[in-house]
Amino acid sequence: MNTALSWIKAYVPGLECTDQEYCDAMTLSGTKVEGYERRDRNLEKIVVGQISSIEGHPDADKLIVCQVNIGTDTIQIVTGAHNVKVGDKVPVVLDGGKVAGGHDGGPLPEEGIRIKAGKLRGVPSQGMMCSIEELGADRSMYPEAPEEGIYIFEEDAQVGADAVELLGLHDTVFEYEITSNRVDCYSVLGIAREAAATFRKPFVPPLVNVTGNQEDVHDYVSVEVQDPELCPRYCARVCKNIKLGPSPEWMRKRLAASGIRPINNLVDITNYVMEEYGQPMHAFDLDTIAGHRIVVRRAKEGDRFQTLDGQLRKLDSQVLMICDGEKEVAVAGIMGGENSKITENVHTVLLESAVFNGPNVRKSSKRIGLRTDSSGKFEKGLEPHNAEDAINRACQLIEELGCGEVVGGMVDVAQPMPERKRLPFKPEKYNRLLGTQIPEGEMLEMLRRIQVEAKASEQGTELVIPYFRQDLNCDADIAEEVARFYGYDKIPTTLPSGEATAGKLSYKLRIEQKARDMAEYCGFSQGMSYSFESPKVFDKLLLSEDDKLRQAVTIANPLGEDFSIMRTTPLNGMLTSLAVNYNRRNKDVKLYELENVYLPESLPLTELPHERMQFVLGFYGEGDFFTMKGVVEEFFGSVGMAKRPQYDPQAGKPFLHPGRQANIKYEGSVVGYLGEIHPEVRDHYEIGDRVYVAVLDMPSLIPFTTFDRKYEGIAKYPAVGRDISMVVPKEVLAGDIEGVILQRGGKLLESYKLFDVYEGAQIKAGYKSVAYSITFRAKDRTLEDSDINAVMKKILNGLEQLGIELRQ
Amino acid sequence: MKSRLEQIRERALSQIKDCDTAEKLNELRVCILGKKGELTDLLKSMRDVAPEDRPKVGQMVNEARAEIERVLEENKARIEKAVREARLKAEVIDVTLPSSRTEMGHRHPNTIALEEVERIFIGMGYEVVEGPEVEKDYYNFEALNIPADHPAKDEQDTFYVVSGSSEGGNGVYDILLRTQTSGVQVHEMEKGRLPIRMIAPGRVFRSDEVDATHSPCFHQIEGLVIDRRITFADLKGTLAEFARALFGEETKVKFRPHHFPFTEPSAEMDVTCFKCGGKGCRFCKGSGWIEILGCGMVHPHVLEMSGIDPEEYTGFAFGMGLERIALLKYEIDDMRLLYENDIRFLKQF
Repeated sequence: MNTALSWIKAYVPGLECTDQEYCDAMTLSGTKVEGYERRDRNLEKIVVGQISSIEGHPDADKLIVCQVNIGTDTIQIVTGAHNVKVGDKVPVVLDGGKVAGGHDGGPLPEEGIRIKAGKLRGVPSQGMMCSIEELGADRSMYPEAPEEGIYIFEEDAQVGADAVELLGLHDTVFEYEITSNRVDCYSVLGIAREAAATFRKPFVPPLVNVTGNQEDVHDYVSVEVQDPELCPRYCARVCKNIKLGPSPEWMRKRLAASGIRPINNLVDITNYVMEEYGQPMHAFDLDTIAGHRIVVRRAKEGDRFQTLDGQLRKLDSQVLMICDGEKEVAVAGIMGGENSKITENVHTVLLESAVFNGPNVRKSSKRIGLRTDSSGKFEKGLEPHNAEDAINRACQLIEELGCGEVVGGMVDVAQPMPERKRLPFKPEKYNRLLGTQIPEGEMLEMLRRIQVEAKASEQGTELVIPYFRQDLNCDADIAEEVARFYGYDKIPTTLPSGEATAGKLSYKLRIEQKARDMAEYCGFSQGMSYSFESPKVFDKLLLSEDDKLRQAVTIANPLGEDFSIMRTTPLNGMLTSLAVNYNRRNKDVKLYELENVYLPESLPLTELPHERMQFVLGFYGEGDFFTMKGVVEEFFGSVGMAKRPQYDPQAGKPFLHPGRQANIKYEGSVVGYLGEIHPEVRDHYEIGDRVYVAVLDMPSLIPFTTFDRKYEGIAKYPAVGRDISMVVPKEVLAGDIEGVILQRGGKLLESYKLFDVYEGAQIKAGYKSVAYSITFRAKDRTLEDSDINAVMKKILNGLEQLGIELRQ
Repeated sequence: MKSRLEQIRERALSQIKDCDTAEKLNELRVCILGKKGELTDLLKSMRDVAPEDRPKVGQMVNEARAEIERVLEENKARIEKAVREARLKAEVIDVTLPSSRTEMGHRHPNTIALEEVERIFIGMGYEVVEGPEVEKDYYNFEALNIPADHPAKDEQDTFYVVSGSSEGGNGVYDILLRTQTSGVQVHEMEKGRLPIRMIAPGRVFRSDEVDATHSPCFHQIEGLVIDRRITFADLKGTLAEFARALFGEETKVKFRPHHFPFTEPSAEMDVTCFKCGGKGCRFCKGSGWIEILGCGMVHPHVLEMSGIDPEEYTGFAFGMGLERIALLKYEIDDMRLLYENDIRFLKQF
């Protein structure tokens, strides 16, 4: 909301402060000033001058040389403008002065334009005459300004006077951010009321007299509201003998400063009152209203209606319409119709000041694709008493400005209106909530300034809330009023007392922190990607039609297909990030993410989906499958998963290389998988290098984690090593061999390590040579050969059962 | 005999002094002092010496032996030192050659900022908790005093999820992607364990097109304190402390009245611009202040709905955008960078 400070001051006559003081004080009392702009910014040394003579320029046909009386002196000015004549009074910027912009009306330069005396084509010129654009003003505020060229003042302008003052440009336009609860502040009066309370000055709203002739408006028009829920109040008045013309300068300037283009007196008055009272109004040409009858009802599904901007709008049964005896004449609260608009031939006007259901106006405006100043106000939910005050104010202005004759009375179709709310006055409670010791009297004084009255009642003091404060409903609301006028800055700063609590991360978050530490230790950097993605992802990942991962939570109103489903796998995010890097020629990229996947229990969703935290790692460049496997095991070690994980190559992941993938099992449970990305999937993401990924499902893994550590002693007795070299059928996995060693090694087995795998000429076809180094140790004695031999025999027997021969 | 001894001693000493390797020195020791060495030979010819002279000669030989041994030791040390020095000289490296460290990965700037915030609040006794990202309408809106017709609930701002109850198209959606972490407040209060001091970081979603300052997916950190006798002054004190810990001891804070449906009184907190210290610069658009979070006293209606008696307990809540803090703190000028995961970006943190 934009408003000239001069308009606010009209209702707070005692208000005196600098722009910055006003900005700060209003913001601190709760009416946030987003910014302000001085309208006389960069306007310096500009006076009213009168042209005393005009001659041609000796060397330029397009220039003229003027002698201009500036009161104290007469100066010579050369100009290219041709709309001036001798005797005209014009704004003149003197040598060393400044104007805001160029004559072309383009964007205003930050520092304005400095004007210096000089020569134009050899003829001295001691200043410049200004157009409206050069003064940085909007032409619509000055309809009297010539289409092109120098602005010309009225004849009574005083020569030598401050031209900026005369144009009303010594003003500042403030932009406010009004919070949604303060519907009353979407109006000049609302802000003025806040300003008066903030600066502790009297608030003087305009005095409205209910005007009108001896006639009765009910003889002119009748109103029927068929849907009172969507229209709690409809006020109508009539003005006849309308004389259209420009509105007065003060009104035009105030409207223009608010960003509203002045049009004519009638339209300007309705807009002016809308700004002043926050109550939108509409004026119909009564002669176009069939049967002089207004009916407020919902549109019929599929109806079409031409709004006064000439557009044909499609309606539905949720849209509230203003109709006459035969047809629709306006979309309620949003825009009038082409068929009833005010034209130059208007004689009699029907003024509407109504209250429409806010949410309905908001939804209708969205559905028909039309948002107006009016709908923007109605959306917030207006207060019904204000509608009457506003229409009376408009009629008063119509009469005062000679725009027409007001017919007596008002048609008023209204639901029972809310009473003024009453709340008990509880100063101790307010102080207790705020941590302050504000005296009662001071509180009551602050409340009085915002028109909350204190009344003595049997139960003690009661606060009577004005109608326009729909937001004041409980003690906390009153405490806020007290706080903001007392000053948030004056409230002390303390720390909560009371029972001490231990700060901590949840266990899950601690594990995730470990995961980050470990991934980064291993050279992986953390990425983040969106939680939603395209359903096309499933095809890119070669998932079969019936793959469970295709069961995704779907967004009803996505930003587009690419963001329409909640991911069920973290792979697309990872591969997309890697692809971005690959495409930008970044070498050896290692990334990880910790993000949720969203797995529905069933579709359509009847309960919340399972959110499962996934620890996903991916890289291309240096490294291979076993690099990734190492990172996984490093992580397991760091979260207390001390046992050896198992790797099952039958993972069945379509997006992974069929020969280079494994499910990761820990104590028999699958906790994730790893592998090389299938070349076809890589092609889909346009990554020209092998990509390895690991995905760990944190909820599956967390039960196995622990931060408990226990000291097990340092071995006192020596270890004994045995190496075995085997010829192994090719299909037997190292994991199978290790399984046997682990299972049969018993208590004496300390560790084992693969140190050679070989396939080649010396080994018979279908076999490979594998060698392990096995270490044994007892805690309580030095092992004898016989001990070792017994264990080794058990191991070798087990290996034989896998078809393994010992290599001699 | 005496002259031979003298001769052997002289030669031995001079040979030892000229010796330049440990091996040669050892050879000399053997030649002179060994079983078949010259001095040993000399001792063997002792029988030719008159018996009365033997003790004297013997003593002379022993003295010569002792001297040679001492000189041998001295020169051994000399040679070892020379050898070590030669080796050290040969081992000179170019210390300006590049290092061969293994490169660590980097945390996402969002996480760095989050961990800083967490560290501060954990230090003040807050527990870090989480809540669901796909959420029921009740927790995201209704229980936070945001009624059915509130503009915030518009599809324009909120992503709704197709659910069983939304069949038929324009029905009411009751499952959505949370638009704020504030719903975690309600989950915590419903647990019925008081007092509460918690922060809840997490991902939130709003229907904003992607640009330099907007993302449909971003993060917030919610805070909630509920106890007996919690005041607005406590809210101010806590958040001022937080701002100083996050942005530096010199940081000042300013509370402006604001409106949130679930707090009353409500405020927005500004901190003095950490670029210019409050003097006003391009960074803070000349104001000297930067808006950092929203906060307020928990609305009595919200307490009530979650089963807490507002006459007995009061509390404050606050919420801030994690990305906003990360962007400000690390001077990142485009939010899109945070979700692109270009390694050249991530490496800078």
